[in-house]
Formats: sequence, structure tokens, C-alpha cells
Amino acid sequence: MAGGDPESSDTKSIVSTSRGVHDLGGLAGDEPIDRAEHDPHAFEVRVNSLLRLLSHPDVRVMRVDELRRGIESLAQTEYADFSYYERWVESIRRILVEKGVLDDGELAARIEAVRERFAAERERPTAGGRQ
Amino acid sequence: MSAAYQVGEKVRVSARGHRGHHRVPLYIKGRAGVVERMLGEERNPETLAYGENGMPRVPVYQVRFDQQALWPGYQGGGQDCLIVDIHEHWLEPGAEQ
Repeated sequence: MAGGDPESSDTKSIVSTSRGVHDLGGLAGDEPIDRAEHDPHAFEVRVNSLLRLLSHPDVRVMRVDELRRGIESLAQTEYADFSYYERWVESIRRILVEKGVLDDGELAARIEAVRERFAAERERPTAGGRQ
Repeated sequence: MSAAYQVGEKVRVSARGHRGHHRVPLYIKGRAGVVERMLGEERNPETLAYGENGMPRVPVYQVRFDQQALWPGYQGGGQDCLIVDIHEHWLEPGAEQ
């Protein structure tokens, strides 16, 4: 998109606060942006649905503004390492824990239960009718 | 709350910092632009982001920036512009006509 070196502009000198992890406009990236399209993964669809349900006006457990704030609170390494929807789901986790909708122990127990179920399914010799 | 700026008016984005969620990217802070369009009044994302109700509503504008002015050494055409949605409390009056 834009050529030029933003670090040589006067933006830094006139703005006193540090740059948020998400505020990358104008910075040179480490690698070119991957613009290839892909079919949505089930995980991506689920995370998107989760946010839509949580922010539905009938329930409004959280708003998209809170989602953004949660993403902006990620550590720099998390922001860099997570995929787009991994950032979402980690933000959703943080906001739900903050609001007391979930607690970390409850979530850890559930993750462990799901992990065990997946492991058991993998060990089964046939798919057993699951599609 | 009525709109402080009119379409076509010169404005400047505040260069102030802000701890917490806000929707103004660093690269337009302190930059001059022109009001392109009035978008209406919206709840304030800076309080919505913390579970509040975002009231009172704030006028939101589309502000046009000259790409050549934003990016030193910009290689695109001289007519290229960037339009950003900006809440009124991030705008200041621009240069006098």
C-alpha cells in the first residue's frame, strides 16, 4: 500500500503515548501480507458465531468494543503469534472471565474433558457413524 | 449534541495520547484532513469497551486525508486519499480558510 517510512515522519514526536500492539498502520511488516483466500475453518466459524451470540441484543453478554479492547490487551508476542480468530477467542475468554461469566478453573476442566473425548475418539478403530 | 464541523471543513486530528481503547490509529494523530461526510451520532466506543452504555452519543465524521501528506515518499498518485471514521472529540479545527 503506502510506500515511505513512517518512523521518519513526525508522528512519533507529536504523540506522547506508546503504540498499541494492534496499531500497526504504516509499520513495515516482517513479511508480505498473505492475501490468499481460504475456506473458513470450523474453528473460525465457531469463534465468529460465539461472538455474534454473546453480543446479540437479546443477551448482550459482551460487545464488539469489548472484544477489541481485549485484543488490544494481548501481549506483543501473543498478538504476533495468534491467528486472527485466536486473538478473538483469547479476548472473549478474558472478557468472560473479567465479567465472571466463566472462571479459569471451570474453563480448564472443560478443556481437559474435551481433550480426553477427542483422544478417545481418535483411538476408536472406526468412525462409528460420525460424519 | 449537534455536529461541530461541516462537510468540507478543515480539521486536525488531536495528537493526544489515550490510555485504553480508542479508535484513532497513531498514523493520523496530529494530521490535517477535510470533513468528507457526517455519519451521525454513535455511542462512544471508549466507554462501550469497558461494559458501559457508551452514552452520550458522539458525532462521527468521515475525514479525508491526502495520502502524500500521510506517508513520506508515497509512490502512489497525487489524487490518492484515505477516509477514516473519526469521533468528534478527536477532532480540532483545522487551518482557517
